[in-house]
Amino acid sequence: MRSPKPLAFLKTILLYLVLLLFLLPFLLVILNTFKTTQQFVENPLSWPKQFNFDNYIKAIDDMDFMTGFLNSSIITISSVFIIIFFSSMTGYMFVRFKWKANSILFFAMLASMTLPFQALMIPLVLIYGELGLLNSQGSLLFMYLGFGVPFAVFTFHGFMKGVPLELEESAFIDGSSRLRTFFQIVVPLLKPVMVTLIVLDTLWIWNDYLLPSLILQSPSMRTLPLSNYGFFSTYSVDFSPLMAGLIMTIIPVLILYLLLQKQIIRGITEGALK
Amino acid sequence: MTNKKFLHNTGTFLIFGGPSVFAFFAVVLIPFLFGLYLTFTNWDVRSGDHTFLGLANYVEVFQDKTFLTQLWFTLKYVLFTVVIANVAAFFLAFALTSGFKGQQLLRTGFFTPNLIGGLVLGYLWQLLFSQVLPYLGQKYGWALFETSWLTDTNKAFWALVIVSAWQLIGYLMIIYISGLMSVPVDVIEAAGIDGANGFNKIRKIILPLSAPAIVICIFISISRSFLTYDLNLALTKGGPFNSTELSSYHVVQKAFLSNEYGVGQSEAVVLFVIVAVIALTQAYFLKKLEVEA
Repeated sequence: MRSPKPLAFLKTILLYLVLLLFLLPFLLVILNTFKTTQQFVENPLSWPKQFNFDNYIKAIDDMDFMTGFLNSSIITISSVFIIIFFSSMTGYMFVRFKWKANSILFFAMLASMTLPFQALMIPLVLIYGELGLLNSQGSLLFMYLGFGVPFAVFTFHGFMKGVPLELEESAFIDGSSRLRTFFQIVVPLLKPVMVTLIVLDTLWIWNDYLLPSLILQSPSMRTLPLSNYGFFSTYSVDFSPLMAGLIMTIIPVLILYLLLQKQIIRGITEGALK
Repeated sequence: MTNKKFLHNTGTFLIFGGPSVFAFFAVVLIPFLFGLYLTFTNWDVRSGDHTFLGLANYVEVFQDKTFLTQLWFTLKYVLFTVVIANVAAFFLAFALTSGFKGQQLLRTGFFTPNLIGGLVLGYLWQLLFSQVLPYLGQKYGWALFETSWLTDTNKAFWALVIVSAWQLIGYLMIIYISGLMSVPVDVIEAAGIDGANGFNKIRKIILPLSAPAIVICIFISISRSFLTYDLNLALTKGGPFNSTELSSYHVVQKAFLSNEYGVGQSEAVVLFVIVAVIALTQAYFLKKLEVEA
């Protein structure tokens, strides 16, 4: 489907222009993080006179960035880890043991993926509030596990169906237990799915606002989206530090994306088309 | 099954499935069932008292003018977002599968908005709509931008649509790209030899053959835009005067600000049913159009 040369060149230029226009909102905001609020309001399009990082420093202090960053990191990393750890085992069980309970459970998990969070949040808050389990990072982790399990199990299940049984059987003959076989033989084979899930779950949990806003109440537990929210509602006229705060929230996932972009793109395609 | 084998199997189940199945029950299944029960009661948070009401909550939901207005507003928002995002994503994907240098970089670039959560994205655009565009409008006398879009109901609607589509385009583009790449090149070439022009190639061959991707993309964009919450909160906070409250934003407000759990939950269930019916119906009809290469 190649177009003739000059036309193809024109098309490429055009596409880059579209991309520039597409990312302009970003670039504009980044540019303005280096100016004072006064300069931003006077002319949001001007080039910054000098690149100073005062806004970043102010944002780090005022929105308590470090606390948010630390909380977000702890919650994201541990949730993603437990989701993948337990879901891979369950996915394996669903593939290797054809019990009736397994097929019922698998179907229930599949069906639950169509449930929007909004249909679960009120009962969640009621039940966990009644049990006195709100306002705790542990509860939040547990909930991410529960919400993350269906998709992860489904993905592992799809992948593991294609893993040959022979390797495991020879391990059993050598006297290896089920658990040991799983961790030593099966888990190494699962690497590609794991990367995909790590990326998708990280994007989801890092950016999530609604669930943490319902569970975590004390400021010391805030994740970054919660800090952003608090910062914006209190300082809504001091634009430049606000913009710096937003950009800092984006940077960690941007780095992850640049490192793992191939897997992210493959993960989305596989996750969607399977 | 012998007793010993049963015990052994139960042990295996508990080790391999125990934690995740327990979490799934505790976080998804039980709250879902309890939520259904809630819709038939008048749950009061403070006293914990409740009586069984039957369908009264649902009757209230459908008699609530505000809810219905917002549902209509949401349907319009979903329609425009889905159409704009899918058309743009399809043409981008089409342009980015023809095989040229820098293709990968462009794909990466268009995907970036998806890395950012709805809240941060909403605030980012809020600054653009409330500061940057009015600045331009006043400086160059462009009437369209002179006042902030977010203070005008009609324009705030379009602001929501534009930002949502802007975010969705990259995600859908990736799926369209993989759909387009599965269209066999020789079929397209054969059509070219038979005299089909570019437009006919797209309409008669590429579109039908990438139908699976279209089904999924429309499904994803419908369910995602129906549930927009963060973006709504950060961009307009439902304002001006609650005129831009999307249904899922309204549900959260209803439940947690006015403490009407029964009604709020009923609204959530109604919303869920609407999303499911629309998304599944479109998938059913589009699937019928699918053809084999």
